[in-house]
Amino acid sequence: MGQTCTVTSDTRRRALDVGVGAGGLATADMILNIGPQHPATHGVLRLRIVLDGERIVSADPVIGYMHRGAEKLFEVRDYRQIIVLANRHDWLSAFGNELGVVLAVEHMLGMEIPERATWARTLLAELNRVLSHLMFLGSYPLELGAITPMFYAFREREELQAVLEEASGGRMHYMFNRVGGLKEDLPAGWLGRVREAVTEVRRRLPDIESMLVGNPILRARTEGVGRLSPELVHAYGVSGPIARASGVDVDLRRDAPYLAYAELYAQGGPGRVVTRISGDSLARLEVLLEQVHVSLDLAEACLDRLGSLPQGPVNQRLPKVLKVPEGETYVATENPLGFNGYFLVSRGEKTPWRLKLRSASFSNVQVLREILPGCLVADMVSVLGSMFFVVGDVDK
Amino acid sequence: MTGLDLTVVEIVLRSAAVLAAFLVLPLLVGQMEHKVMGHMQGRLGPMYAGGFHGWAQLVADGVKFIQKEDLTPAAADRRLFRIAPALALVPYLVAMAVVPVHPGWVAADVPASALFVLVASGVSILGMLVAGWASANKYSLIGGMRSAAQLLAYELPLVLAVASVCLAAGTLSLTGIIDAWSPVWLLWQLPAALVFLVAAVAELNRPPFDMPIADAEIVMGPFTEYGGLRFAFFLLAEYAGIVLFSVLFAVLFLGGWRGPAPAWTGWLWTLLKALPVAFLIIWMRVAWPRLREDQLQRLAWLGLVPVALGQLALTAVVVVAL
Repeated sequence: MGQTCTVTSDTRRRALDVGVGAGGLATADMILNIGPQHPATHGVLRLRIVLDGERIVSADPVIGYMHRGAEKLFEVRDYRQIIVLANRHDWLSAFGNELGVVLAVEHMLGMEIPERATWARTLLAELNRVLSHLMFLGSYPLELGAITPMFYAFREREELQAVLEEASGGRMHYMFNRVGGLKEDLPAGWLGRVREAVTEVRRRLPDIESMLVGNPILRARTEGVGRLSPELVHAYGVSGPIARASGVDVDLRRDAPYLAYAELYAQGGPGRVVTRISGDSLARLEVLLEQVHVSLDLAEACLDRLGSLPQGPVNQRLPKVLKVPEGETYVATENPLGFNGYFLVSRGEKTPWRLKLRSASFSNVQVLREILPGCLVADMVSVLGSMFFVVGDVDK
Repeated sequence: MTGLDLTVVEIVLRSAAVLAAFLVLPLLVGQMEHKVMGHMQGRLGPMYAGGFHGWAQLVADGVKFIQKEDLTPAAADRRLFRIAPALALVPYLVAMAVVPVHPGWVAADVPASALFVLVASGVSILGMLVAGWASANKYSLIGGMRSAAQLLAYELPLVLAVASVCLAAGTLSLTGIIDAWSPVWLLWQLPAALVFLVAAVAELNRPPFDMPIADAEIVMGPFTEYGGLRFAFFLLAEYAGIVLFSVLFAVLFLGGWRGPAPAWTGWLWTLLKALPVAFLIIWMRVAWPRLREDQLQRLAWLGLVPVALGQLALTAVVVVAL
């Protein structure tokens, strides 16, 4: 505790509970369950909060309503089947989730994958990141009462989903990764259509931005609200855009590059890490908005490269029964919401002995108990929405 | 006073006319909201119900609401819970009866109709408070609390803005205000008009001031436990409120039925002037997020009240000087 949700943009400390929480009167605390079914929890997260008037005294995230035992299920699936399970926990970034599994297996097998596959994976991962970010850029304003950005965001999502669907056949759960590469080659003429989609999204992004950036009401609702300190980021293992909004400059695409990111994030490359220092809800929103631009830049760089690469295979021939040699490895990737790690332990069999999943939202949601006390119920929504979590990613 | 020497037939006819307007106009505004919001958001809005551009969507909604089960939560204060929707709806009906739309067209021409409208519409908010309390639901209770807090913010500026117009016209009668109106008022009473518009949106619980309802925070607040026809009454009250305040805005600040065309088009002018106001109220919902309760209080006490008081002083000075 100790963090308070006071609006400090004005140097004076403002009273937030004018008329909404009786200042001088004796009051009784009220326990309010937000969720498991509540429109602001995107699923079945439950927050048990104690209220004095509208001010939150304490808050406890109660998780597990959507626990599906993914890690245990991994242990009885072979490596091809695991991919279909693993892409489900964060349903907004299925491609990113698949990626970690196949990277871990390929690493254990010591397998080299074709260059075309690497660049295609990078492209798809970035498009998936844009999809995920757009979702939150629509849903967060919706929680603050602005209904229109949602429709704009979904219009752009549709554009990108169309090209992803054309390549993979899926709109959410792509199942396009395979150990050793991709399921199949990219369709003829697809790169041009992706470029058109990216250009189109980039052209219309200002529609969303103009409704968010500089809107005085949105600023009033988010600036200085739910401030997350770098210390708390480190203490709770918060990662991704939320950590970067608090000034913690960490991005696995640059710091522990995988796929083609080493080249993209090299000096002079299109990759850059977006950070803010204030750590409030507004900063988190801004980071997300800017990351969309960065991801579109990266996607275009991938398109350029894919266009210049010679035709060739995008996958490896695999044995009928895929066994991973004995040993262990940890592979972490930068998912749209933060670090997504797989710790794979193999005893040389066709199923993993243990596959531990480190998901981004799980750690990110835990920190709510620190930043919610002191906020009003209205701020609770502003903070919760800006923590950008997927309940499946929390509960696994 | 014309109100005193009406025959029974006349009273029935006038009441029926008000009721008809009360049932039709809110539906028109609701349909307009569906379509305007749709087109502003890259959608089409309703397209199927009734065949032509979904014109019957709200009728279909109404039919659906009627069929729903009438539920009262076990822990609720049953009588209050059941009365609350009527409490929210009826005051707007009553208020509408005194608003003039055409020379001589006013259901009940009471002497201090401006005051009467404010009082009647102010009662409507009681419906929210009662619903919030009687539902025996924590979200509803918070919604009711917010409603009460909001009441403190907008009532005073609303009254001050209307007072300024009444002072300028030298009468409390809405008909008298229209008679006294001149185009100069558009500039002279502009601050009052803005204050009135903002306060009206707050009274109607429309975005950006929909904190008592806040679907993403407190799950519709006082309406959480309502369903079926009772819920529909609350919705109808909201749209009736938009109609009432739009027409009132046209009457107070835009000269009501006065226009360049022949006299019989008066009612048309009133509606034509009210329409953009209703459009504006809808537009706000499309464009803006929701404020926080304390931010509305700041806006009201540091913004609206001083502006309204300044306007009142200005009006008084001009009236005395001329």
